[in-house]
Amino acid sequence: MLLHSSTRRKGVTRALSIGVGVVAIALLATACSSGGSPGTSSSGDKNYKITFLPKNLGNAYFDTSDKGGAAAIKSFGGTYSEVGPATATADAQVSYINTLTQQGVGAIVLSANDPTALGSSLTQAKSAGVKIVTFDSDTDPKYRDVFVNQATAEGIAKVEVDSITKLIGDTGEIAILSAAANATNQNAWIDLMKKDLAANHPNVKLDAVVYGNDDDQTSFDKTAALLQTYPNLKGIVSPTTVGVAAAARYLSTSAFKGKVQLTGLGTPNQMRSYVKDGTVTGFALWNPEDLGYLAAFTAKALVDGTITGKTGDTFTAGKLGKFTVGDKATVLLGDPFVFNKDNIDKFNF
Amino acid sequence: MNSVETGLEPKQAERRAVADYGNPVWRRWLFSRETAVIAALVVVVIVASAVVPYFGTPTTLAFLLLDATPILLIALPMTLVIITGEIDLSVASTLGLSSVILGVLTKAGVPIEFAMVICLLVGLLAGAINGFLVTVVGLPSLAVTIGTLALFRGIAVGLLGTTAITNFPVFWQTLVQMRLGTTGIPVVMVLVIVLIIIFAVVLHFTPFGRGLVALGLSRDTAAFSGVNVNRAKFIAFVLTGVVSALAGIYWTLRYGSARGDNAVGLELSVIAAVLLGGVSIFGGKGALHGVVAGVLLIGVLQSALRLANVSSDAINIITGVLLIVSVLSPRFLAWTKGLRSRPRAGEPHPPL
Repeated sequence: MLLHSSTRRKGVTRALSIGVGVVAIALLATACSSGGSPGTSSSGDKNYKITFLPKNLGNAYFDTSDKGGAAAIKSFGGTYSEVGPATATADAQVSYINTLTQQGVGAIVLSANDPTALGSSLTQAKSAGVKIVTFDSDTDPKYRDVFVNQATAEGIAKVEVDSITKLIGDTGEIAILSAAANATNQNAWIDLMKKDLAANHPNVKLDAVVYGNDDDQTSFDKTAALLQTYPNLKGIVSPTTVGVAAAARYLSTSAFKGKVQLTGLGTPNQMRSYVKDGTVTGFALWNPEDLGYLAAFTAKALVDGTITGKTGDTFTAGKLGKFTVGDKATVLLGDPFVFNKDNIDKFNF
Repeated sequence: MNSVETGLEPKQAERRAVADYGNPVWRRWLFSRETAVIAALVVVVIVASAVVPYFGTPTTLAFLLLDATPILLIALPMTLVIITGEIDLSVASTLGLSSVILGVLTKAGVPIEFAMVICLLVGLLAGAINGFLVTVVGLPSLAVTIGTLALFRGIAVGLLGTTAITNFPVFWQTLVQMRLGTTGIPVVMVLVIVLIIIFAVVLHFTPFGRGLVALGLSRDTAAFSGVNVNRAKFIAFVLTGVVSALAGIYWTLRYGSARGDNAVGLELSVIAAVLLGGVSIFGGKGALHGVVAGVLLIGVLQSALRLANVSSDAINIITGVLLIVSVLSPRFLAWTKGLRSRPRAGEPHPPL
């Protein structure tokens, strides 16, 4: 009530309180900018704090690979942790890389959502002494120390051809159900498969390559069409997870079940029921658990200085044995892993 | 009841000003929604600096501001739109479209400065489409901008597919990441602060800005008071489009990558921050300093929780709860106020 006594006083009060507000905000701003001291990375000889940063959390594939990483890190006495965004975007990964750099971790094991968008934050991490290992999905080579490659095109093509020719007794007609007609990976594999078939399997005839566009319904329909068009078909190869699952779904409910062989690249959770009911004998992919395990040991080797990313560097990755760094600072996990009735229940992704 | 009758006497009404019945200005500032958000921000900063390792460093501040910049930018015009009682859900898609166009043009050999101008024009066009459909055609903004959210994103993804364009001039990319001396404050904040000041002046100290607030309170009253309702809304949507495109340029340069899926879902972060800052979703209420504090509060919380190794799901849960609490609290306060205050004789009532 005292402040209400005159209009002039009111004006002064108003100006004063606005002024106080402005000063308070200014103080807050300067307090923010000047506070604290720069973060120092943890001391000690070997920094075995290794953090996995998958494309996103809650993804069964990365749960499996990171489990392998955790086991590896435990085996050599390091500190394992896993962080990541809820959705697979590059900008969210940037925030996590920045955070990890500040926390001074020894190494980041990363599956990148974008080959370049993480660049500047990874460069900052590297200059702060953090080792960068990519797995599953690489960045531009200049931003990381080593890429752990799950499989090569040659390895995938070979396992596909070997599986299908073995299943059909190395003689008869086969077809390929691919993803999109312009899918880079699939086309590279199919070319290699054609060469391998021509050179080593003269009695196997490739009738057709059809494209299911990585769409479940299209792949399903293309499978049906293949079986109608080529009554002598003995085997189908589908080097895409969507295609192989759709083809298996068709075969399992048709008269061709058990008569036409199917193999391809698939995931255990999609293929489990078809392996168990006998539609599919086996299919290939890499083992994500081993991939995570190898990536963790690669990070350790970088922290130790055993390897620097130079071609020809060698290191030992626990139970997986000895590995050599190849071209473009890449470590290859090995041949694709074949899933069948006996081992499929050990995997959940 | 007597006082209502006396209120109709011209002599009494003439003398009345806000200060006669309202709280003194310092009190209105202190107990406002905006002050509460600023106070929460200060508390979180102090607690995080004390408790969370590595939080109180210039590096944290730099990353935090770089991360918050796109949200901060778009929140400014979004405040204007929401204050009029409308909403714009297409901002993140406009950002993505602007990013893709910057990439496509740069790749085609267009100088980047010129490409940036085109991006801003595309943003202007995008905002104008929203504004046209809302004001001239008279469709509800929620429906219109859900449509353009899909439309602009569709064009962006259609132009680039799943590929990314990554070759941008080093000068511009470095400029976006550069900091002022050793403070940890990114250079780009200068632009942000200038825009904050412009938008604050426009919203709070110009007839156009006050018209937007009046419009949010009551469209008819505003129209009868001389506010050109459609023009005001149209301008608010155009501003949102242009600033979203600007945020798209920033996004592209910061991450060095033009992709169709850049900033998917960012519109929700922006709207969340605006509402947290005290702007009413029904329009007619809000202040820009609250919005800025709201954006920073979410940014600081997320940064501190990440540094404290809290998982991303938990961070989302905390942010969500905070938002709900902030929307509920004024209602709760109003309710308790209603219980406490009774009309007292002798005190002048506010003019109706």
